[in-house]
Amino acid sequence: MLFKVFLLCLAVPGRVVEIEGEVAQVEIGGIRKEASLALVAKMGIKVGDYVLIHTGYAITKVDEKEAEAILATWRMVMEAEDGGAPQF
Amino acid sequence: MSRGGQGILASFRDRALVGKVAKEIAAAAKGNPCRIMHVCGTHEWAITHAGLRGMLPEGVEVVAGPGCPVCVTPGGEIDALAELACGRAAVTTFGDVVRVPGRRTSLARAMADGGDVRVVYGMSDAIRMAGREPGKEFVHFSIGFETTAPMAALEVGRGLPANLSVFSTHKLIPPAMEFLLRAGIEVDGFICPGHVSTIIGADAYRGLAERYRKPMVVAGFEPLDVMLGILEIVRQKRAGEAAVSNMYGRAVSGRGNEAAVEAMEKVFEIADTEWRGIGRIPGSGLRLRGEYAASDAAVRFGMGEAAADSMPAGCGCGDVLLGRIRPEGCALFGKACRPESPIGPCMVSLEGTCSIAYKYREKF
Ligand code: SF4
Repeated sequence: MLFKVFLLCLAVPGRVVEIEGEVAQVEIGGIRKEASLALVAKMGIKVGDYVLIHTGYAITKVDEKEAEAILATWRMVMEAEDGGAPQF
Repeated sequence: MSRGGQGILASFRDRALVGKVAKEIAAAAKGNPCRIMHVCGTHEWAITHAGLRGMLPEGVEVVAGPGCPVCVTPGGEIDALAELACGRAAVTTFGDVVRVPGRRTSLARAMADGGDVRVVYGMSDAIRMAGREPGKEFVHFSIGFETTAPMAALEVGRGLPANLSVFSTHKLIPPAMEFLLRAGIEVDGFICPGHVSTIIGADAYRGLAERYRKPMVVAGFEPLDVMLGILEIVRQKRAGEAAVSNMYGRAVSGRGNEAAVEAMEKVFEIADTEWRGIGRIPGSGLRLRGEYAASDAAVRFGMGEAAADSMPAGCGCGDVLLGRIRPEGCALFGKACRPESPIGPCMVSLEGTCSIAYKYREKF
């Protein structure tokens, strides 16, 4: 899996499952890891949020609504042209 | 329908959707050839791993630029850190760096000779190690673009253990893009690096788009993300536009992570710096400000600036990093130079273009 190899510019999304002060426990593909929230302190991260983690630090929050928006657009394009909803 | 984050990612890999975008690209590219550059090792991985080049129509080409921080780290710096590790300090660094050949030696060679080199996952490991062994000097060899520099900045700003200092070879991506554009490289638009952009924000590319009249598209790393980024560049070129477009809104905002940028500005100042295989790029490096000299390994150990540097003899990494050739265009690729016996940094680093091309070569 991608996150097992270490790439310097790689960041992986993880779900926050616990927060204690500045340190969060995040779940990345079923594995729990510790991540610092120091660089995202102003983003109001809550348990359940997705964050991108790079070298042990969360660098940003991942907005699921934005992701849904792009997908929705493309689902619409496909439905319009193919006459049926694609299977996800 | 509600979906978890991983569920959404699965949709971004959906072959039908990706194929649909490929068709749109083909339509937009008719009579409108496009040469696109990305500047990120993870983009190269994503593109090659998913075989996206094979889905692009004739006339649309995606080349890798200098997106591998380890590959552009001067060999002289690697030598200097390897020497430090042999007696003066324990050197902590990222795993990718260890095997990269410097000019005379490497960190792996230093380890074999009994030097103290320790692979860490991040800055906090280095802090923990230094805390556990207060009698020993530690130097963190801090490499990376804007994605990695904030961690070093944050920790230096907060104060490091007295026996830990940082050797910063951090580099900035937009000045490198500008350098390539000024040099007149043949490119119609850039896929801007997704994770760098989470920090500096999509707005950071506005000046480049305007000055050089090229589309600058921030994209994520799933196949659909990359294909949508390519489509946007082809579409902009067709329409005669040259705008910044953020196709990675789920992680990147216009202004980026302002706290991270503030941390960097507090601790680092911008300097000209040497990119291995490319040359000196104005305003593209980060060195610690004078106030933080106590945390600066270059000061503590009296290390000079990196000299002009080249790749090992016969290695085409310089041309690979500038998008002039694909790895297959290097005479040594897959022959003398392979992951188990690498000659240049682009084959050593897991995000080097040659290493990625070799690993996934069966896809071509
Ligand atoms: S294949 Fe090896 S020698 Fe050739 S450019 Fe890549 S790293 Fe250098």
